[in-house]
Order: sequence, then C-alpha cells, then structure tokens
Amino acid sequence: MLIWTLIKISLKGLWANKMRSFLAVLGIIIGVGAVITMLALAEGAKKEITKKVSSLGSDLMVIRPGQKENRGVRNELFETISLKDAETLLKKVPEILHLSPVVRSGAQVKYLSSNTNVPVTGAALTYFAIRNFTLQKGRAFSEPETLQMARVAVIGAQTAEDLFGKQDPIGKIIKVTGLNFKIIGLLEVKGDQGWYNPDNQLIIPYTTAMKRLFGLKHLGGIDLQLKKGVNPTLAEEKINRIMRDQHRLPPEMPSDFTLQSQAELLKALNSVSMVLTMLLGGIASISLLVGGIGIMNIMLVTVTERTREIGIRKALGAKNGDILRQFLFESILLSLLGGGIGIGLGFLSCYLINTFSTSMQTFNRPFYVFIAFSFSAAVGIFFGFYPAFRAAKQNPIDALRYE
Amino acid sequence: MLTVKNISKKYKMGDEIVVALDRVSLSIEQSEMMAIVGASGSGKSTLMHILGCLDRPDSGQYFLQGKEVSKLPNNDLANIRNRKIGFVFQFFNLLPRMTALENVELPLLYAGHPAAKDEAAAALKQVNLESRMYHEPQQLSGGQRQRVAIARALVTNPSIILADEPTGNLDSKSNEEILKIFQKLNDQGRTIIVVTHDPDIAKKCQRQVKIRDGQLL
Repeated sequence: MLIWTLIKISLKGLWANKMRSFLAVLGIIIGVGAVITMLALAEGAKKEITKKVSSLGSDLMVIRPGQKENRGVRNELFETISLKDAETLLKKVPEILHLSPVVRSGAQVKYLSSNTNVPVTGAALTYFAIRNFTLQKGRAFSEPETLQMARVAVIGAQTAEDLFGKQDPIGKIIKVTGLNFKIIGLLEVKGDQGWYNPDNQLIIPYTTAMKRLFGLKHLGGIDLQLKKGVNPTLAEEKINRIMRDQHRLPPEMPSDFTLQSQAELLKALNSVSMVLTMLLGGIASISLLVGGIGIMNIMLVTVTERTREIGIRKALGAKNGDILRQFLFESILLSLLGGGIGIGLGFLSCYLINTFSTSMQTFNRPFYVFIAFSFSAAVGIFFGFYPAFRAAKQNPIDALRYE
Repeated sequence: MLTVKNISKKYKMGDEIVVALDRVSLSIEQSEMMAIVGASGSGKSTLMHILGCLDRPDSGQYFLQGKEVSKLPNNDLANIRNRKIGFVFQFFNLLPRMTALENVELPLLYAGHPAAKDEAAAALKQVNLESRMYHEPQQLSGGQRQRVAIARALVTNPSIILADEPTGNLDSKSNEEILKIFQKLNDQGRTIIVVTHDPDIAKKCQRQVKIRDGQLL
C-alpha cells in the first residue's frame, strides 16, 4: 500500500477521535516539553557557571601549598610556599604576565560600634588585575605602599555596607585586630560565587599582612596570570619544574604544592553540570516513558474497538503486514504530533522562565529538539508495536464476527 | 472451478464441540449461479467462509481453479481474497467515515493498483451509484449501501462473487435491485454463490444446494 494512503487513513482515524487522540498524546506532549525545558535549564545553569568563573579572572593559575613529607612524617602546616618562590617564578618564567603572592586569614574588623569578622587577603597590586577586580571608588595600594608595609585597605562592597551602611567608606579608619587601617578603595560588586564571596573581604598589601598583621613567614599561595597566546599546558609544566627545583624535591617525591588553572576548574565544573544535565534529562524522560504507555493503552483500545474494521480489511485482501503498518503508523503519527506540540510547549516554558525568573535562565540547543523529537518517534514505534501486532495477527473470520 | 472434497470444520463453543461442517464435498462450475440454502446454524456460513478463503477447513481439500489452497500461507490467502473473490455481506461491512468511493478503492489499494480512483468510480457506475460517490455509508440507504458493497466486491474484477445473505437486511424493492445486479454479473461470466435461507432468492439461481447440520442434502 502506498505511504500516502497510509497517512491518509491514519489521520482520518485520529481525527475521528479527536478528544481521545489528544488525551493519548498529552503524556508525550508533557514529556517532550519537560525534556526540552529541563535540558535548557541545565544548559542555562552551565552557561551561568562558566560566566561567573570567567569573571574571576581568565588565564588564572593558582599555586597552593600541599602536604609536605619529611622522612615519612607529614607536615600538616602547609608552610611550603615562600616569597622566594614567587620572586624566582617571576624571574624565570617569562610567560607570566602578572604574579601576586597571596596570604589569607580571617580578622576581627571594628568601626565605631560595628564589629565583624572579615576574610582578609594580603596581596600585591597585580592581584587586582589577575582576579579581575575593579574599583568603583578610590584607588588600589601603590608599589611604595607595599614596600613600606602601609596600613591601607581596599574593601569589598558587602563589607563596606556591613560596616558603614550608606556612608562613603573612602578615608575611614578601621581597626583590624587592633591595628588602624585606612580605607583607600571600594571594590565593584561581583556577586556571590557560592563557594566564596568576593564582595566580603579586605585586600591589603601582602607585606603588611605577613609582617604586621598575621606574622607569617610563608605564603598562602601564589596567584598568577599568563600572557595571552601562551600555551597553558607548557607554562604549567615549566612552573611546576621550577617550583620543584626550588623546593629541592627528588623525582620520586610528590609535590608539596598544587598547581591549578582556571581552565581545570572550569572543566571540573562542566563535568558537574554535565551530571546535572543527565539527571534532569533522565527525570524528564521518565514522563516521556509514561506518555508512551498512554499511547500504548489508547492503541490497544483502538485495536479492540476496530476489530471489525480489521476483519473487513482482511476480507478485502489486506495482509498482516498491511494491518501492522496501518496501526504502527497511527501510533507513530500520534507520538510525532505529541512531540511537535511538546516542543512548542517546551519553548513556551523556556520563554516564560527567561522572562519571569530572576534566578534561572534557560538556553536551548537545536540538538535537544532533535533528541526530544526522535525520542518521541521511538516511543511511538516501541509502544505502538505491540497493539499493531495484536491487530495484525487477528484471524479474519473472528475479526469479522466480532460484535 | 471450485471443488471441495470431504471438508470438515469443528468449533469449540464453551465446553461443547460443534461440528459446523461434516465431510462436505461440492463442485461449482465456472459461470454458475448457485444458492447454498439452510437454516441458521446449519453450517452454510462456515462453508462460505472456507470457500472465500477467510477460514481453513480442519480436514479435507479445497481446489480453487485447480489449485489446492486450504494449506496456503496467510499472505497467499490474502492475495486470493483480494484478486479472485469478491465478498458481499449481510451487514454491508462498509467502513464508516470513508466515502463510497474510498470504500470501493480499498481492495485496489491493497492490490497496489495504480489508478485506484478511476477503477473505483467505474465500479460504482456499474451499480448506478455514480451520483453517490462522495457520500459516507451513514448518508446512504440500505439498498445503496449494499450496492456500494457490491461495487467493492467487483472492483478487482474477481471471477467469483460470494454473497452472505445479501438481501437479509433490505426491503423487497432493494432486494429486487440487488438480485438483478447479481444476475447481470452472472451474465458477464462470473461465478456467483449466494448463501441464504430465503427460498425465493434460491429459486432465482440455476442451482440450489441444501445444507443441514453440516451436511449437504
């Protein structure tokens, strides 16, 4: 039988039972809509994460202390990176654009009656460039101020609000663990990153932090930024080698520091959002499965109801294959119809989310539409086959006699 | 043309086994118009179903145009029903929601016929229904519906027409009309087998075969 005739017969059958056909595909509509919305939500979340991580500074590489092993005894103090390491790297690795020693600690900060515990970062001037920090007011500390261990601080927007409310923080004198510091700059808002909030901190010269405030001899780490066009893998290897030379580590010893680049962090986060995508997509495809069962149910009813029609068709010369194709085609058509409407529904809900939600964004890919559509076709074939098979194998005479 | 030898058919109805046909042998010649007459439950419908290749005998042989067909695979039987035999049923058995033309087209579609529409229109013309081509069965009278069914039986140009109580649901005027059509078809050289319990119809046929309790008398 010609495919066009098949389509015509199937469409007629579906159209004759409009309400039932619609209810049958409702499951598929919701399923496909859910798959598309969920995948788009996950993709939107992925984009958001990528954007936030990039805002922390691109081409960023951080060196942090690792565990040091001394004759089988592990030193838990993490005092493995020194200022000398930072100076050597700056001298020996021309691929480095900016480098900043970093020390971090919490400190009690007081202003008049306000009193709060704030993370304090000691860093070099280059730190602002490496971490993409911009100032909305005032200035960053200068080279001479760093050398003189000046008691000056750049304050995060959140911290400023906590301490001063609506007042201008520039020029204010605050007490950090008892020492007077002058606020010289106010950071632009970056937004909470989840694992750390860049808006809640004080940034002071690392010299001041190490010698005056915390009395540290070692660094909390080194942040650096590579020059544009530099191969990050090669640069990483070079930095790693120089650091090991500096620490006089024999080849069999593990490194007493860790080297991590922003690219790696992004890769790790991407794999997390990949899991998220699969999870959401998986949950949504369960509803697609349920929709498929709905189609099977309706098709079984249809086949029983049309037993006499099957008998007539067989009496007129329809082969088993003709009947099988007819009913299979009907269920595929149903699923595709549902898939089509479901895609529309998915796009509509994505649009609504993008318009009305402040915390969630969706991003659709043509690939997801393709997935949802082919999935619904597969559901139609899979769940339509059994009813169609039941229709096809009916004995013509029994089917004709069916009341 | 049609020969059955010693065919038997049993049915299970609940726990009871009903013998519908008991060693029936019958031969029908080309261009014959024959009536199979019997009361309901006599086995006449079962005989017609077997002759029409809608059913198979439990035992015995069936030669159609010299070829044993009772053991053929399902698809071959479908082809025989499609090309060699035209059915006319008591309850018309037209498909609802399809026009007369589409109903008549159906056997041609299963035959893979290229110009189905023209052939179907020509068949409807033979039964004087060309003006009702685009009507659906619900819009037609009983006699008209049966004429559509006859057109459908004719459309693949089969040599045998099998009619199961074709006038059972019709008034006497339509009755006459339908019989006239059958006679005309018989004059064209087709073999007509009418299953009926109405002696008046049986009388119009050249030959009558009576059946009772699954046996020919």
